Amino acid sequence: MAEAVLRVFRGDSENGETKDYKVPVEEGMVVLDALLYIQANYDGDLAVRWNCKAAKCGSCSTEINGIPKLSCKTRMDSLPRDEPITVYPIKAFPVIKDLVTDVKWNYQKQKEIPPFTPPEDEEMIMYQDDVERSQEFRKCIECFLCQNVCHILRDNNAKESFFGPRYLIKIAELDMHPLDTVDRSELLRNEAGVGFCNITKCCTEVCPENIRITDNAIIPLKERVVDKYFDPINWILSKLKED
Amino acid sequence: MAISATQNYTTLRTDNWRVAPIITVIILGSFVIYATWRALENQYYLAEPYLSPFYSPLINPEWWPISPAILILWAPGLFRFTCYYYRKAYYRSFAGMPPACAVEGRSKESYSGESKFPLILQNLHRFFFYAASIVLIFLWYDAFKAFNFDGHYGVGVGSIILVLNVFLLSMYSLSCHSFRHLIGGKLNVFSSCPTRFTLWKGASSLNERHMLWAWVSLFGVCLTDLYIRLVATGVITDMRLV
Ligand code: SF4
Ligand code: SF4
Ligand code: FES
Ligand code: FES
Repeated sequence: MAEAVLRVFRGDSENGETKDYKVPVEEGMVVLDALLYIQANYDGDLAVRWNCKAAKCGSCSTEINGIPKLSCKTRMDSLPRDEPITVYPIKAFPVIKDLVTDVKWNYQKQKEIPPFTPPEDEEMIMYQDDVERSQEFRKCIECFLCQNVCHILRDNNAKESFFGPRYLIKIAELDMHPLDTVDRSELLRNEAGVGFCNITKCCTEVCPENIRITDNAIIPLKERVVDKYFDPINWILSKLKED
Repeated sequence: MAISATQNYTTLRTDNWRVAPIITVIILGSFVIYATWRALENQYYLAEPYLSPFYSPLINPEWWPISPAILILWAPGLFRFTCYYYRKAYYRSFAGMPPACAVEGRSKESYSGESKFPLILQNLHRFFFYAASIVLIFLWYDAFKAFNFDGHYGVGVGSIILVLNVFLLSMYSLSCHSFRHLIGGKLNVFSSCPTRFTLWKGASSLNERHMLWAWVSLFGVCLTDLYIRLVATGVITDMRLV
């Protein structure tokens, strides 16, 4: 039977090293299967976070040969086997143990976004055309691969100044909703730091749900900020409309 | 700046991630060098009835000491420079912020992206879109004029090249993110503005290929100019088809 060598990170944020494991490769096997094989046959204390094994819960985010991926969605036969396959925890968040990282910062950011606020006592018929755009963003499984790959959080650790792509799509989802009444442009420009994003699109490249994060959420949000803060023509037109 | 001691590595990628930024530097760099040289050359831009897109519209005020192309090129130049796609391309390849995904680049602790001067000026992209659209109207006019040979209708290879060039430039403009926003993306209730919704859908479908239009229109404009220069210098003769 074909074999692969997995080079897996073992340790935490302070200390750690990689360890090689030989794993038999079966047809249709994914990297998560190989990790569970290691757990069952070599090291029972290997920490791996997973839940659905169907690319839907967003728990199993790792870095496979240096590329942020869901381990349950990465087939072993898609990886070259002439070198050991490296499996690391995601880099932008502190390691708790082995492949498990502490991602609570994300949930804290989520709380800072004003929730959906429809108008009081007003009924409106919702058309598919109006909600379709936001629906793309609702596919998010919160795997945080986009947060992890974004160089602003990963290399600069600018977690004080930037919410990251996952929460920019959350803001886009709410902002583009036809019934929402909250103006989040102040938050977007300041706390969420949409201006920090330099649209280099790595978030879009790694998203397992194929959400077009940059094109459909971040750039439109940047344009909305321009409407409000950098476009005098738009400002005059909107004032005239108000009058 | 690593998050922790054990996460202190530049990249673990094993694929050839350097190729894309190197190719971008070569192509974009060559374009900038060629366009600058041609804009400053100030000759061989007219081979009747063809006018090079670098010099259109042709305005030649007496008080202007250098090439008239400079009076024009700031508009399409800044339109491209502030384009969301080219920003991605040069931030990655020239600035290394980041050079490729999951590869630590040259970002510094003081990184502020496009939130501070000078990069905050990227927000002016829509104004360069307006300016470049005016130039585009002149380029369409030039393309029509390219079928007029001394008052008679005719078709030369150059006529077709000029039409193709302005078509590609138009697709680039129509697929622009700012245009997509202004035409309808800024609305939250599409159902109350069906025309803008339809236009937004059209712009959105072109926008999916914005990168493609950005590259082919860049090649298109250079090759068009090169063709006119070759005809103007007598290196080749324009072939008349009709
Ligand atoms: S496009 Fe913006 S949010 Fe997405 S990875 Fe790049 S910098 Fe981060
Ligand atoms: S946007 Fe995509 S990559 Fe980001 S958390 Fe959601 S599913 Fe994961
Ligand atoms: S285990 Fe649920 S997404 Fe991979
Ligand atoms: S986004 Fe590329 S031209 Fe506007």
